[in-house]
Amino acid sequence: MCGIAALQLRNPSLHPQMGSLLSSMLCQIVDRGPDSAGLAVYNTPGLVSPGTSTLSLLGKDQGMTTAAITAGVAALLPSDAAAAARVVGDTTLVSAAVGTDLLVKAVSETLPAATIIGRGEHVAVMKSVGHPMEIAAEHGLEAMAGSQGLSHTRMATESAVTAGGSHPFSVADDLCLVHNGSFSNHATVRRELKREGVVFDSENDTEVGARYVASRLKQGDTLEEALVNLGKVLDGFYTLVVTTADSMAVVRDPIACKPAIIAETDDYVAMASEYRALAGLPGINNARIFEPEPGKVYTWSL
Amino acid sequence: MVTLTAPEAPTVDALKEQAVDLAVSTVRELNQAIHTAVDGQAWTVTSPGGKHSLAVGIDADINVTIEGHAGYYAAGMHQKGDVTINGNAGVGLAENIMSGRVHVTGDASQSAAATGHGGLVVIDGNAGARCGISMKGVDIVVGGNIGHMSAFMAQAGRLVVCGDAGDALGDSIYEARLYVKGTVASLGADCIQKPLREEHLAELAELLAAAGRTDNPADFKRYGSARNLYHFHVDNSTSY
Repeated sequence: MCGIAALQLRNPSLHPQMGSLLSSMLCQIVDRGPDSAGLAVYNTPGLVSPGTSTLSLLGKDQGMTTAAITAGVAALLPSDAAAAARVVGDTTLVSAAVGTDLLVKAVSETLPAATIIGRGEHVAVMKSVGHPMEIAAEHGLEAMAGSQGLSHTRMATESAVTAGGSHPFSVADDLCLVHNGSFSNHATVRRELKREGVVFDSENDTEVGARYVASRLKQGDTLEEALVNLGKVLDGFYTLVVTTADSMAVVRDPIACKPAIIAETDDYVAMASEYRALAGLPGINNARIFEPEPGKVYTWSL
Repeated sequence: MVTLTAPEAPTVDALKEQAVDLAVSTVRELNQAIHTAVDGQAWTVTSPGGKHSLAVGIDADINVTIEGHAGYYAAGMHQKGDVTINGNAGVGLAENIMSGRVHVTGDASQSAAATGHGGLVVIDGNAGARCGISMKGVDIVVGGNIGHMSAFMAQAGRLVVCGDAGDALGDSIYEARLYVKGTVASLGADCIQKPLREEHLAELAELLAAAGRTDNPADFKRYGSARNLYHFHVDNSTSY
């Protein structure tokens, strides 16, 4: 069992409340996954900025000060890249006005042991082990603004309870994936992706799903096509939520054991494992509320 | 030393409507109160907020109205009373219902009325997958559609669907009677269409009326067990 809560805000006037709304949803899914948690927030001022790439690194302690990280990364980038490193909760964010590939190269050289858990122009990813609400509080979710937010509470089954095994998995620019369920043939798909040159960070089954989706998107699939293809290749139980810079997708496996409920209004699309996570959203009494059908891919774009 | 005293007998007014606001009270307090309720009482529950296990274990002729959406296992293990949910219900609505009535004005999630032994479950909207799974005598009337694997291993009772049914309806069914007005995506193993005779039209009319519906019984098709799967057949002896 795991818990998912995701929110896409269609009405920009709600952007300042993104964090508080997501936090209120998250607190209702803690029971479903109390061992670890993760967050992905999009277009959050203070964490990311337009025209700048941001990498999210696992852990606040990278073995050197943020000033030293900034200097180390800056030395490897063009002088006008304005590299900057800072710590938010248990996450280190490094940003610079260069493409993500170049920034990944500079960060990997400066911090060879760092695990990159998020990358892109729009997204910041934060994850840790412990009580989900403490993780959210440590990162200051309540006060965050943004256009989209994704949260996950984990009850580990397929791999160890580690921060690296927490969701979301963000393996391509601005792409995040969270999973309630388990993939049964992840080892097979992992081997196939490795043969294609894909590099993995963890032993986690969901990372295979995320790498698979990233691989399909790279080959030209739309988000919807990538998830349809995922259903053909990956076997197991799943409710997945996938977010990109400007869209959100939900899909359940054809057996649909894992729950999902969606609320849609003119102001937002919200998805959660259980209705109680949606109950506190503004205008919920007039929202269109439905359970996504088995095996059907739903997408919403901003 | 603690002196234990017998709790005072409940002094509830049977005719007075009881109100429970779940923004203030806990689910435990609600359930404890309805377990000590007396016949004829009526309860209104507000701010349910999708909480789980609302109004479970009722064993008295009481009326409970939930104003809003309920979470998992609402009205589970239900006997005698009448529960109305003015909203949607989560997984496992009226699970193992024995008697009485449970009515949801919106949709119900998967496994509605699972293993129900008796009583009536009415869902005005759609029901998710596995509606009436292992039903053992409960009657279920769904105004909308039902999901896949509904009435799986159904043993007794009636399932009425005014919309469409998903894949594998009545898979491994024993003896329940299934009535579907719309289309059936596919029938499960050993489930077949059967003739709709006078007695079936009559019981269907009764069930629809009990659910407050005006659908025409003649528009439905009946499905049930081919009885090939659970009777031993000598041709299959080598399979055991």
